[in-house]
Amino acid sequence: MTALNVESTDRNGELMLDVKDLAVYYGNIAAVKGLSLTVHKGEIVTLIGSNGAGKSTTLRTISGLLKPRTGTIDFNGQRISGREGHEVVALGICQSPEGRRIFPRMTVSENLDLGAFLRRDTDGIAADRARVLDLFPRLADRINQKAGTMSGGEQQMLAVGRALMGSPQLLVLDEPSMGLAPVLVDLIFDTIETIREQGTTVLVVEQNALAALRVADYAYVLESGVLKMQGDAKKMAENDDIVKAYLGG
Amino acid sequence: MGHNVPPDLLFFPSEGVFISTKGRHMTITAVEKADNRPTLLRREKIERVLAYGLLVAAAIWLLWNAIGAPVQFANVTLGGIRTGAIYALVALGYTLVYGIIELINFAHGDLFMLGSVFSALILVNFFGAGTGSPKDWALMILTLIIVMAMCAGMNVAAEFIGYRRLRRAPKLAPLITAVGISFIFQWLGIVLNGSAPKSWPKVIPNGGIHFGDVILDYSTIVVIAVTLPLLGLMTYLVQQTRQGKAMRATAQDQDAARLMGINVNRTISFTFGLGGAMAGAAGLLYLETFGTTRYDAGFQLGLMAFTAAVLGGIGNLKGAVVGGFIIGVIQAWNDGLPHGLGQQWSQSVVFTILILLMVFKPEGLYGKPTVEKV
Ligand SMILES: Nc1ncnc2c1ncn2[C@@H]1O[C@H](COP(=O)(O)OP(=O)(O)O)[C@@H](O)[C@H]1O
Ligand SMILES: [Mg+2]
Repeated sequence: MTALNVESTDRNGELMLDVKDLAVYYGNIAAVKGLSLTVHKGEIVTLIGSNGAGKSTTLRTISGLLKPRTGTIDFNGQRISGREGHEVVALGICQSPEGRRIFPRMTVSENLDLGAFLRRDTDGIAADRARVLDLFPRLADRINQKAGTMSGGEQQMLAVGRALMGSPQLLVLDEPSMGLAPVLVDLIFDTIETIREQGTTVLVVEQNALAALRVADYAYVLESGVLKMQGDAKKMAENDDIVKAYLGG
Repeated sequence: MGHNVPPDLLFFPSEGVFISTKGRHMTITAVEKADNRPTLLRREKIERVLAYGLLVAAAIWLLWNAIGAPVQFANVTLGGIRTGAIYALVALGYTLVYGIIELINFAHGDLFMLGSVFSALILVNFFGAGTGSPKDWALMILTLIIVMAMCAGMNVAAEFIGYRRLRRAPKLAPLITAVGISFIFQWLGIVLNGSAPKSWPKVIPNGGIHFGDVILDYSTIVVIAVTLPLLGLMTYLVQQTRQGKAMRATAQDQDAARLMGINVNRTISFTFGLGGAMAGAAGLLYLETFGTTRYDAGFQLGLMAFTAAVLGGIGNLKGAVVGGFIIGVIQAWNDGLPHGLGQQWSQSVVFTILILLMVFKPEGLYGKPTVEKV
């Protein structure tokens, strides 16, 4: 099945992430079936789809937490499918996972330090820490608080900030707006744009499709593990038929 | 008692605990907790009064012993501290492994036993060490390091061969594997040590420093002099180093740790190695204290050390150490004081205390959810 192409757009920037014919299984059950997607340098790309579509599975496979049954994933021309999670991080992909997964019994500060676990450049780490606390001033207020005692929104900021502490080339975000109040959703998406302006490429997964399309350059729509549609994000958001059919608009 | 035991609960009658194998978190619950009748509140009150009564009775009993025979009391307590240090070292191995992969490592007591057997074979048979000369002391320290490395290596190997591939399996699978590895270690103990206990010459001379009639044994001094720096080193490793940070992160959330770039497999290996090294040190100290080795020494001592870990709050390092000393001293009091119940009751007394603690503080002394696990 070929995916519907909304409108072919020129995608500037060199190819960064190249996922080809990816299939991922849990036991005998396929969660992702033959997905291909690309992310180019400097883009915000979104992967949207309803609950259970296979979005998180895709991201977990990119980050090396799951192994693909078939298909390949290349990052900056290097094969990363089949590598261990920590090797993928070392190559420059940091993920803020679904459900935040911050370390609850550690402080905000320790969580941020762990985000920079593989780095040795003390000055760079300090600069990124300042940048994260600048993006999320709430975290600065709570720097010595145990992360598990913070509100959901604060934990989400910490999860994104922690991923940024790895100084990634590609920042991967899994449902950063989940469970947040509308004001905070806006804040998170504004921050995603800021992060891109600061030079980091972003791949963001969302159920909140319209919010994601608003900030993204390019979008992929996943349904039951199959790619349904891809194209320019803004044009997708403007197309009423598409919004009605796929995005619950 | 007529409890209905759900299939995901393992019941250990000797310890009086249930171990739930359901889900990610293995929980240990004392028998009394399983009772859920509406009269629970009143019952709890009665139980509480009973327990405080017991505490007061125990305090009076201690005082009675201490005043009646102060010298004996002091000597027995010193002996308890010595045993407690050995328990603490072994308990650390239980708590480290539980903290990082939530496995009760049934083979750990037997690893300690192998540590004592290795120590005897290397120190006495291979190096031919005698008693008390400077050369003997140097050989003992060398043996300590070798045996710590050997036990670390064996624990790492057990994880690599046995538990690693079961990491995503139901909790029962690694638990049963641990029992299997316990048998393998005991078999190795029989091969190396024979089925009968063996006596060995000790580097540490008998006797000690006299303070009046109170004697501080040389072995107690050595045990403490080895244990304290090891505990300090371990605290430093876990709290200050990168590897320790990786351990704490892995203990809290393995996948999140992977996303930080932490090599989870290596971190778990390191944790097993650390626990194994402590068991090896305990093995040598045991040999140098009691001068005997036996293939089944790991069973009883392992049970005591596991109890110590649970008492302190399993998964908590400080708890394991404190629990080890508490169990060691209580056992010594029971065994050695004039009005104690005697050695044949040691285990009953220790487990009774464990069960009582579990009733009132099921998470153990230090096992508060807000306290770091590792
Ligand atoms: N650990 C798992 N074991 C078995 N099936 C899973 C697991 N995680 C997800 N699935 C299944 O895979 C499919 C895709 O899930 P997921 O990738 O989490 O979807 P999404 O993130 O788009 O909501 C769903 O049908 C889900 O039930
Ligand atoms: Mg998801």
